[in-house]
Amino acid sequence: MVWFTVWVSILSTLLILPFGLAVSWLLARRQWPGKSIVETLVSMPLFMPPVATGLILLKLLGRRGTVGGFLHDHFDLDIAFTWRGVLAALCVMSFPLFVRSARMAFEEINPRLEQIARTLGAGNFRVFCTITLPLASRGIVGGMLLAFARALGEFGATIIVAGNIPGQTSTLSLAIFQSVQIGRDARAFRLLGISVLLAFAAVWGSEWFLRKKTRT
Amino acid sequence: MMALSLRAAEVSVFAAVSLTESLKEIAATYEKSSGDKIVLNLGASSLLARQIEEGAPADVFISADEAKMDALEKKGLIAIETRKSLLSNSLVIVVAADSALKINSPEALATARVKRIALADPKAVPAGIYAQEFLKKRKLWASVEGKVVPTADVRAALAAVESGNIEAGIVYKTDAAISQKVKVACEIPASEGPRISYPVAEVTNSRNAEAARKFMGCLSSTNAAQVFEKYGFVVLK
Repeated sequence: MVWFTVWVSILSTLLILPFGLAVSWLLARRQWPGKSIVETLVSMPLFMPPVATGLILLKLLGRRGTVGGFLHDHFDLDIAFTWRGVLAALCVMSFPLFVRSARMAFEEINPRLEQIARTLGAGNFRVFCTITLPLASRGIVGGMLLAFARALGEFGATIIVAGNIPGQTSTLSLAIFQSVQIGRDARAFRLLGISVLLAFAAVWGSEWFLRKKTRT
Repeated sequence: MMALSLRAAEVSVFAAVSLTESLKEIAATYEKSSGDKIVLNLGASSLLARQIEEGAPADVFISADEAKMDALEKKGLIAIETRKSLLSNSLVIVVAADSALKINSPEALATARVKRIALADPKAVPAGIYAQEFLKKRKLWASVEGKVVPTADVRAALAAVESGNIEAGIVYKTDAAISQKVKVACEIPASEGPRISYPVAEVTNSRNAEAARKFMGCLSSTNAAQVFEKYGFVVLK
């Protein structure tokens, strides 16, 4: 269950990377009408009660939901109450944290450096890969670690979308909750210790990356 | 000279969530006639017992099984002389109201047609413990254990089946009765099922012992019995 929590958190962090980088870059570099709405929507999971976000996800991804119903009827694929539901909850809940860090990282890059690269003949994509990404890498890695830490500790949305099925969707935080409920205090505190260690390591690493910024 | 108490007492009742509708009705009538206020805390009996152990301010506790009450009695947290077995119930297997799944007997739960079964957490919650007891008796537990989706309480199991996400569940007959979104696929008659008993007791160190006893008296009255029976509970004599 601890390994499940770790690998599904790693997977969710990797999964949000492409869309997360795209959104962060757009928010950092571009203006468009309605941008503030996009900014707000991206931040929503940070400020809404996690169970509320979980409920929205359940309605979408459950067997009677728009996405979930389609997948269930056509591919016999279930998301709610499976590890895929855990993955979905972790992705949604950790996405805003990644975007915040990555966006800041992009914003701190002097745009002149990108312009210079373009005057030397590099296309937009090449500029992004060879100039922007490397310069933003510390902030991006820091954001990934933050997202990972958030995913590790996720509870509210997960229990709604995926339930707490032993061996299938039981994560560290869900297991702590269940241990408390059934009065197994020793187990609860043992799991608590593990979760504190994991969270400490992830956040400490994240702070390290976010602190040391290369001056451009 | 009788001193009249002008301040209405507040009685805190911790009760199994399957009693939601019946208790709300009984409490509403009682509040009008007695002037006391009944505050209901409804949830899984295991969670409520845990809260009482941790010092939650309850006056009356109604559990869905004797084991939770026994545990509190052992810790001296309930007034033993007030303990009484109030109600009984039975189990049913439910499916979503629009489901085409046919479950004619509990044995059907072990077939491949049923992939997942919602139960109130069999490790702690009475409804799940009763269900597990029954499935073990029918020698089905080994084949269905891997399909069980444990939920926080029996109403959460009901909700999981209502939503269509879990194709079958085992809940109390009384829970299935109040839901329009599920139908009973198979009843587990009380004679074949586990012995279900809802004990009630006053919590020691209750701040309103007198009001608590008055309300407990009401729970044993014929009017209350009528309400419980209306919702499908069996009132124990």
